Amino acid sequence: MSSTLLARLHNIEKHFIKGNQKVHVLDDLELEIKQGDFLALMGPSGSGKTTLLNLLGGLDRPSSGSVEVLGQRIDKLSNSALAKWRARHIGFVFQFYNLMPVLSAERNVELPLLLTNLSGAQRKQRARIALSVVGLEDRGSHSPNELSGGQQQRVAIARAFVSDPDLLLCDEPTGDLDRETADEILELLQTLNREHGKTIVMVTHDPRAADHAKEIHVLDKGQLNSQAVTLP
Amino acid sequence: MLHTLNQAVAVSLNNIRGLPSRLGASSVAVFGTACVVGVFISVLSMAAGFQKTMTAAGSANTYIVTREGAISEMNSGLSFEQTQLIANAEGVAKDADNNPIASAELYVIVDIPKKTTNTDANIPLRGVQGPAFKVRDNIKIVEGRNFTPGQNELIVGRAAQSQFAGLNIGDTIKFGQSEWNIVGVFEDGGSVSESELWCDVRILQQVYRRGNSYQSVRVKLTGEEVLPEFKEALASDPRLTVSIKSERDYYAEQSEGLTQFIKLIGYPLAILMAIGAIFGAVNTMYSSVSARTREMATLRALGFGNFPIIISTLVESVLLAFVGSLIGSVFVYMVFNGYTVSTMNGQSFSQVVFAFSITPELLWQGMNAAIWIGLIGGVFPAIHAVRVPVVVALRES
Repeated sequence: MSSTLLARLHNIEKHFIKGNQKVHVLDDLELEIKQGDFLALMGPSGSGKTTLLNLLGGLDRPSSGSVEVLGQRIDKLSNSALAKWRARHIGFVFQFYNLMPVLSAERNVELPLLLTNLSGAQRKQRARIALSVVGLEDRGSHSPNELSGGQQQRVAIARAFVSDPDLLLCDEPTGDLDRETADEILELLQTLNREHGKTIVMVTHDPRAADHAKEIHVLDKGQLNSQAVTLP
Repeated sequence: MLHTLNQAVAVSLNNIRGLPSRLGASSVAVFGTACVVGVFISVLSMAAGFQKTMTAAGSANTYIVTREGAISEMNSGLSFEQTQLIANAEGVAKDADNNPIASAELYVIVDIPKKTTNTDANIPLRGVQGPAFKVRDNIKIVEGRNFTPGQNELIVGRAAQSQFAGLNIGDTIKFGQSEWNIVGVFEDGGSVSESELWCDVRILQQVYRRGNSYQSVRVKLTGEEVLPEFKEALASDPRLTVSIKSERDYYAEQSEGLTQFIKLIGYPLAILMAIGAIFGAVNTMYSSVSARTREMATLRALGFGNFPIIISTLVESVLLAFVGSLIGSVFVYMVFNGYTVSTMNGQSFSQVVFAFSITPELLWQGMNAAIWIGLIGGVFPAIHAVRVPVVVALRES
């Protein structure tokens, strides 16, 4: 059972200025994430799901309020400190995989490890292990364009957890995949959560994808306007 | 620090590996830089070649004595007696027969058509004395024979023969009322002498009605250390008002005007083209950065810092410029190096035949220019690449 608090978003407001207008994306939002959670963030387009994910990952800052992860106010960090913080604590999975097209699968997975103190041999070993966890141990030398969409997303997931981050943030990880492949990816995320204890926050439109999470939060008009649904 | 370097190397390699997919845009920067470096090197190789030809004539311990105030041999004048005083002055080396190694010479301009355009060009015709071959270190007859004293015979420099018509052995050439037979070809280590025609100075004096006057005396001193004595000997003689210059200095001065002129044209031309190439590089790098916006944003999201991203963009830009400089250098080297032309040297009013000389120094300068083009061309796109917020860049398709 998850109990330790991993992240806390308090009194979050986020707006953008568009022309003369102030567009509110998140408004007075409160969210707590505990270690071991697998959280699905749902909601209509423009409801602020990705913005919320970006705030949690230190890619964006709130207009007001605080973002605290592992007891640290990340909204107060400088850009360079934030980059280092992301390297240590966050793994990202994107809808369109965002792999480096010229690098092999193994090199892609190895990328975040370049930001650690590991030796070249250790990095390679870790990348191979990560690829074997996602079932692609025999595809390490393949470049992204030699892999299917599902395989590319597996590589992206391996890249996200290879450096053992505290939090995996997945932005529509199955949005570009067919149903069957999407299920495989969701099961993989579920395995990472259940067997490897990874805390995951996933943005999705897809209710079936959300069913793989432990909790579903629905965002609407910048607020989490419903109680979290805890799934069995 | 090591981390940052690791990151910079990794991101740079990533960029470089991706170059084939951006071949079109990349070739703009490569082509632009190749043109700049090519023009830069070829124009300056002209100056270098000219200078090299002019200064190659400088033999060690050889000095040219002319009338004081004369800018060149052309406007100098010395009497026979003066040339004798100079040749016999203290410090002048002697040959095995104890004769001074000194040559009193006369220098006139004759018209000979260029092979390429068939238009007349001013060619120096030099009347020399026997020791002329001892005064100059490298001169040698390579075809035919030397002129016979007292005869209307000419020997021609190798460079002059290659550029001007009718200068083969056996040819007869007419200047004014006199006819001359060409009997030999000489070389002088690629120096300016090779642009000249030589004959017996006595004959030249007669044909050009110069009486017994000369324009310069070339002397070989026994060593550099005797120069002060030699100078003193000439200065203290009231019958002489002369200036003394080493051959090297003399030709360096002679070459200065044209060399400066070529550089005056060459550098601004190269700078103008370089500015154009910088725009080309900027354009290339903007499109390169734009093509990789999401890749860079992904790297930044993963935790890569701005510095490695900037460095990687600069590395790519400099690499493209470097490739351009190699292409430009190799092309120009193959086409122009050793390519022989002739031009008028303003100081002597006569043609100097010289070869484009692409020196290692010029290649180095060309490469430096290319690196600057790459750096300046890459810096703005590099900064732009990291100024786009990650969340905005991640949305780029």
